[in-house]
Amino acid sequence: MRKAGKASWKTGGIGQLMIPLIAVGLLILFNLIRDPSFFSIHTTPGNSGGIVLTGNLISIINGASELAVLAMGMTLVTAACGGQDISVGAAAAIAGSVFVRVLKTPDVITGGTMILAFASCCVVAMLFGAFNGTLVAVFRIQPMIATLILYTCGRSIAYWINGGATPTVSSPIINAIGSYIPGVPIPTPIFIVLAVGILLALVFRFTNLRLYTQSVGINQGAAKLNGINSTMIKLLSFIILGLCVATAGCIGVSRLSLINHETLLLDVEMDAILAVAIGGNSLGGGKFRISGSILGAYIIQMLTITLYAMKVPSTNVKAYKAIVIILLVVMGSPVVKKKIADFWKHLRGSHPASVGKEAA
Amino acid sequence: MSLNKTGKAAVRREPLTDTQLLMTITICIFFAMYAIAMLTLGGGFLRPQQVFDLLNDNAALIIVACGLTVVMIGGGIDISVGGVIGLTVMSCVMYLNNGGNIATAALMAIGIGLAFGLLHGFLVSYLEIQPFIVTLAGMFFARGATTMISVNPQKVTHEGFKALMKSKIEIPWLGYTAKNGNLIPARMEIGVIIALCCVLLIFLILKNVRHGRNLYAVGGNQQSALMLGINVKRIRFLSYVTSGLLSGIAGFVFMMHTGAGNATNAAGAEMNAIASSIIGGTLLTGGVGNAIGTFFGVLTLTTIKKIVVTSGLKDPWWQSITTGAMLCFFILLQSVVLSRRGKKRSADAAKS
Amino acid sequence: MQEETVLSMRGICKEFPGVKALQNVDFTLRRGEIHALMGENGAGKSTLIKVLTGVYTKDAGHIQMEGTEGEANIRSPQDAQNIGISTVYQEITLCPNLTVAENMFIGREAGLLTHRKEYEKKAEQLLKNLNIPARARQELSSCSLAVQQMVAIARAVDMNCKVLILDEPTSSLDEKEVQMLFSLMRDLRSRGVGIIFVTHFLEQVYEVCDRITVLRNGELVGEYIIQDLPQVQLVAKMMGKELDETIEIDASGKKNTPTGETVYEAENLSSSEAKPFNFKISRGEVNGFTGLLGSGRSESVRAIFGADRVTGGKVRMNGKQVRISRPIDAMKNGIGYLPEDRKRDGIIADLSVRDNIILALQVMKGFFHPMSRSEMEKFADEYIHTLNIKTASKDTPVGSLSGGNQQKVILARWLLTHPEYLILDEPTRGIDIGTKLEIQRLVLKLAEENVSVTFISSEIEEMLRTCSRLIVMRDRKIVGELTGDELSQTNIMKTIAGGEKQ
Repeated sequence: MRKAGKASWKTGGIGQLMIPLIAVGLLILFNLIRDPSFFSIHTTPGNSGGIVLTGNLISIINGASELAVLAMGMTLVTAACGGQDISVGAAAAIAGSVFVRVLKTPDVITGGTMILAFASCCVVAMLFGAFNGTLVAVFRIQPMIATLILYTCGRSIAYWINGGATPTVSSPIINAIGSYIPGVPIPTPIFIVLAVGILLALVFRFTNLRLYTQSVGINQGAAKLNGINSTMIKLLSFIILGLCVATAGCIGVSRLSLINHETLLLDVEMDAILAVAIGGNSLGGGKFRISGSILGAYIIQMLTITLYAMKVPSTNVKAYKAIVIILLVVMGSPVVKKKIADFWKHLRGSHPASVGKEAA
Repeated sequence: MSLNKTGKAAVRREPLTDTQLLMTITICIFFAMYAIAMLTLGGGFLRPQQVFDLLNDNAALIIVACGLTVVMIGGGIDISVGGVIGLTVMSCVMYLNNGGNIATAALMAIGIGLAFGLLHGFLVSYLEIQPFIVTLAGMFFARGATTMISVNPQKVTHEGFKALMKSKIEIPWLGYTAKNGNLIPARMEIGVIIALCCVLLIFLILKNVRHGRNLYAVGGNQQSALMLGINVKRIRFLSYVTSGLLSGIAGFVFMMHTGAGNATNAAGAEMNAIASSIIGGTLLTGGVGNAIGTFFGVLTLTTIKKIVVTSGLKDPWWQSITTGAMLCFFILLQSVVLSRRGKKRSADAAKS
Repeated sequence: MQEETVLSMRGICKEFPGVKALQNVDFTLRRGEIHALMGENGAGKSTLIKVLTGVYTKDAGHIQMEGTEGEANIRSPQDAQNIGISTVYQEITLCPNLTVAENMFIGREAGLLTHRKEYEKKAEQLLKNLNIPARARQELSSCSLAVQQMVAIARAVDMNCKVLILDEPTSSLDEKEVQMLFSLMRDLRSRGVGIIFVTHFLEQVYEVCDRITVLRNGELVGEYIIQDLPQVQLVAKMMGKELDETIEIDASGKKNTPTGETVYEAENLSSSEAKPFNFKISRGEVNGFTGLLGSGRSESVRAIFGADRVTGGKVRMNGKQVRISRPIDAMKNGIGYLPEDRKRDGIIADLSVRDNIILALQVMKGFFHPMSRSEMEKFADEYIHTLNIKTASKDTPVGSLSGGNQQKVILARWLLTHPEYLILDEPTRGIDIGTKLEIQRLVLKLAEENVSVTFISSEIEEMLRTCSRLIVMRDRKIVGELTGDELSQTNIMKTIAGGEKQ
């Protein structure tokens, strides 16, 4: 009741996106004042021929691709299980290693090997997703604890798959995925995010995934009594996240044409969870908005690029990021919102007329 | 329901609580594991020094793990501890190298930890922001601030502190005779004493101090705790302050062990600490756990790593893979034990 | 009068977004009286209690406590406790991971250290005095719900409170425990404690209370001495209209005559919670399961629906053998189930009224066949209208509705699936009389439309009004089946108490 009474009458609708949208607005405004040329887009000749677009805006949207893909999956897991998967970075390293391992097997990389490599990387990532999902759904372990296992040993497993090396792969196809398809001026990862987004939207359109996930996340017992198999839904959310992890891992590997188990998508789990939270989703599960999380991912990247543009050394970026995060969440805090609302009321000196008659 | 129970009440020993049960399991497994290592691997494991080495190397981890136990009992999480250790070490090293004295450095360490704790506590309990996000930001900030002070590793040059680092407590009767006939006593660092004091203190506070008991209530059921007249906000606030304070102390202990500041100091300490707490029987849901269990959790976690190295699995990945496997084992064990107990209880309640 | 007053609340107002929960309410409690606070759901009882205990802060008004100078400043439950107001809530508000003794003393100790030994001794004494079957050092989670409730009362008793608030304390207690509680309340009254008693059970009010304050729609209706207000008038005051609808239902009550054709039949059905039992129900029949709390009535219907793990037995629907091991199996065979605990098992609080209504039907259609938006809107509109659900809109989260309306939403959910056999487990528990009558009428209407209904209620008259056959359970076994003329309050009581002995 208290949850419903206090919080939920506000959630839903566009209200949930208020804070992230304000954040985007402020970041844009800040950059425009600081340096109006921040958002300018240039055309430069690309490595693989043709003309490509560059500029901060492009690097923001391009750079956030892995994060955006992961944030989508993370939102589902958060909503269904009321907890987060902290192993996505490690799992992506494993997925990337499998990807490279399969690619390295034949002498020449063809389209066929690419598909095979991506497929096997998806299968492996889904298996690890299913492992996490089983711990959470069947053994009822909190997601953070369950995924701590893979977080601890995932990167070592990736290292082991690579046989203790950091192999490189070079192929025009890999380049096409990681940077630009010849003749197309926009970086490929942006299209991949778009594709994943559309795919997910179609899944929501043609299945009951949203309703089921929300029901399980809000009240598992009731969901069960209405015939929803909550174990399957939780497992499914982890498997979908596994697919997102595989995709993100492949993008990451393709960008650098190499797999480094230590640095590939380092600390991305923290950013992904952050993206979910900034997007206005409750980390306690229940109702969710994928669009918010995607927006959250771009906000994080925008912030990073802004800091780089301000000549902040990359090692110090984290500190500034922390300050902005805290400001954002403080603004979004129900307590602060209430205080501000009270303050407004006080300023206007009168209570707004109430509309509803129905008693709680 | 059942009135017939009362008769037996006076004589019957109460069954173990969840906290006690999980802790007992861990302690038993630790001793069993250690015994097996002594029998099969022999060598270093037969010497008491092995235990002291474990303690010497992990004193800081023991301290932060206690802090995490406190936060987790209250139903929260603090993932900033590794970052705070890193920042503390770096600041103290720079301060000492620029002519500071040890006592002020110690105060500074405590001050930094406390500052983080206060801020986390305020944001989590009074502004009701999710602890994961708050302490994540804390970690980012601490790590970023560390590199702002210095990107390059810094070694302590302060002579007094070097002497402090070298001073060890020798326990001759636990030593062993080396091949050349000399008696080599067991050596323990000062940091271990601090760590053991922290464990004991936290254990006693959780057990016998009012705020400690209230913390269990808050973690067990926050709404009920509020209704029972407990100042939930203050208790949660204090739990984060405790964790921050302990991180600061751990930072100082860490510096006494390594004697150098580095941007990656204590990397991943938060997850090791969380893992130790879990192995020691703390539940992330709150309300269950204690410091002694956590202490054995740290020992279990670090012993397994040592066993892996000693037993000849030299490839670099084996340590963390076995750690992961062990974590998995303990997590599943807890889940099974607790759910079986839950079933048994509801069956008992139905019978009565 | 004035010198006896222990608590007085004047002009209390409290507003939630869109809802005026309390408007200018007065309440007076005197030393040594049991004062019933009555009203339908949504009348503002809970809000008033929560204002008094500091869970909510009031928007306007004054509270004065005896022994406290001037305005009592209550900003938290702790403040309330400090000036002598203790509360026992319907839901257990103790900590399951602490011992019984700790639960009795936590939050009210002074000083830095806890004195465990001392508290355990005191607690043991108190448990003995109050005849509570628990041990001081036992973990609370190992006690039954009823015992946990009594521990909560013991805690309040020990605090030497001036005002004791009992918010629906009897909902989870059986008759014997209720009597124990009442004798405890009378004992406290004689010691001068003022007790505020909130309950939905009218008989209980007349059994122990001295005075009644009635609220309606967040406003004060009046304060009455119990002798001056007959039960019928109390109901009228609570509902705001003179009504004899209860009688009307009584007359139509026995009308449902089953056609004889068996819809559902279980043979030796058992689950992890229920012992094997046989049961059948015919088309258009309304039957009831009765028995004391814990007699196995809820567990049996849960087994029928597959809500617990089914362990054995044969089930036939319309003569054909079917397998029901999960709720979805039952739903596909045309069975609907309204669970006993609305908040825990029924509503999905943060989801909209619309989503809550279409949920079961949607699940039956399957994961890959979502309904269109317009279909959902149509169904939601239809049932909001038919069942007269009071909600701001279809998009309102169901959790912000009043208890009665939440219950109607769940009913709508199952009616939408057009079940052949509908199980209603305590559909009227904790909801106001108006809605109770609506639900009873609905049950009879469903029976006329050839739906078979199993109706479970703690109130026997309610079951007498609606059911044509009653199955009596005791100690998890069916001990009797009453039909026709056998259906009378005394007969049921006898059967429950052990009728086969006579």
